[in-house]
Amino acid sequence: MDFVDYYKILGVDKSASEEDIKKAYRKQARKLHPDLNPDDKDAHKKFQQVNEANEVLGDPEKRKKYDKYGKDWEHGEQQEQAQRQYQQQYGGGGFDGFDDGGGFSDFFQSMFGGGGSRRKTKFRGQDYNSELKLNLTDVLTTHQRTITIDGKNVRLTIPAGTANGQVIKLKGYGAPGGNGGPAGDLFIRFVIADHPDFRRLGNDLYTNIEIDLYTAVLGGEKIIDTLNGKIKLKVAAGTQPGSKTRIKGKGFPVYKKEGEFGDLFVTYEVKIPTNLTEEQKRLFKQLAGS
Amino acid sequence: MQNDTRIAIHEFCIHHNIEPDFIVALRQSGLIETETDNDVIFVQYEQLPALEKFIRFRYDMDINLEGIETINYLLLKIEKMQAEMRSLREQISVSRN
Repeated sequence: MDFVDYYKILGVDKSASEEDIKKAYRKQARKLHPDLNPDDKDAHKKFQQVNEANEVLGDPEKRKKYDKYGKDWEHGEQQEQAQRQYQQQYGGGGFDGFDDGGGFSDFFQSMFGGGGSRRKTKFRGQDYNSELKLNLTDVLTTHQRTITIDGKNVRLTIPAGTANGQVIKLKGYGAPGGNGGPAGDLFIRFVIADHPDFRRLGNDLYTNIEIDLYTAVLGGEKIIDTLNGKIKLKVAAGTQPGSKTRIKGKGFPVYKKEGEFGDLFVTYEVKIPTNLTEEQKRLFKQLAGS
Repeated sequence: MQNDTRIAIHEFCIHHNIEPDFIVALRQSGLIETETDNDVIFVQYEQLPALEKFIRFRYDMDINLEGIETINYLLLKIEKMQAEMRSLREQISVSRN
């Protein structure tokens, strides 16, 4: 394990001010930062050294310890003392700037007992789960709704065609994070209540309508309700009870596809006439006998 | 207000402890795209990696907006050239075999 000269890495002398160190770090970062050197392992390695030097020299406490014990780190007692002090003071928090386990040198780990003690490990807050109850007609059009979370009003956009059970994420509305870490997320599940007259399957709607016997036999027209208003339906002559017809584009809006709709499937129920007059009975008998 | 694909910039700025003006400046220079809904400005999640990179340029490296624009242009150029280089290497390798 070699001694690491952080002053040399940053290119500053021992009397450098905090501002000098900051400037020197930024100058090196502008050359070596991984954002500027994608796929350049050599630059990444060098930047880790620069970052480590900045972690130590940019922190007055650490810099003081480094100046005091740094060159003589091999002298166990002092070094261990410094290490104990730092572990007690900062714990062994991980540095989240690199994805290879920290990127700090053995010297740094030995001296300061873990990577990046200036930055404590950040913890993301816990996620919350919640349900929002809606009616089928609530998701016919895109609309906004205000909900209250921890006393704060949050406006949600609920897109047309949102499905029952669909979950949306509100980033940062979960539990607060620890040590400055980000808050968790809030997951809201939409629970869409059944409609008394329409059943939804994907983007299609299903409904039953009643027609009289005469319309079923002879054909005709019937005004029916859809979720978007009334439409005129042509009933074919000889329509059987339980038969279905499809009305294109009169179903449910397709999620996040404006102007696109599923279909409406109508099942016919034929109402048999009751309380017939004598004349009507006679005519039915005549029909039955023909 | 947000949904599952975007975040309001005031929320984003709170998390990153930065000024919303910086995001507005990035938008004005065409480095990121935002969308406005009821006077609230949003950024799509897919843009966050680039946005966070620009924040590192600005706040970790102290690079001003003009510098960020130049760097971004050059990085895109490098990326394109590297892709071409990889493609040419593959062609050479195929022709050698």
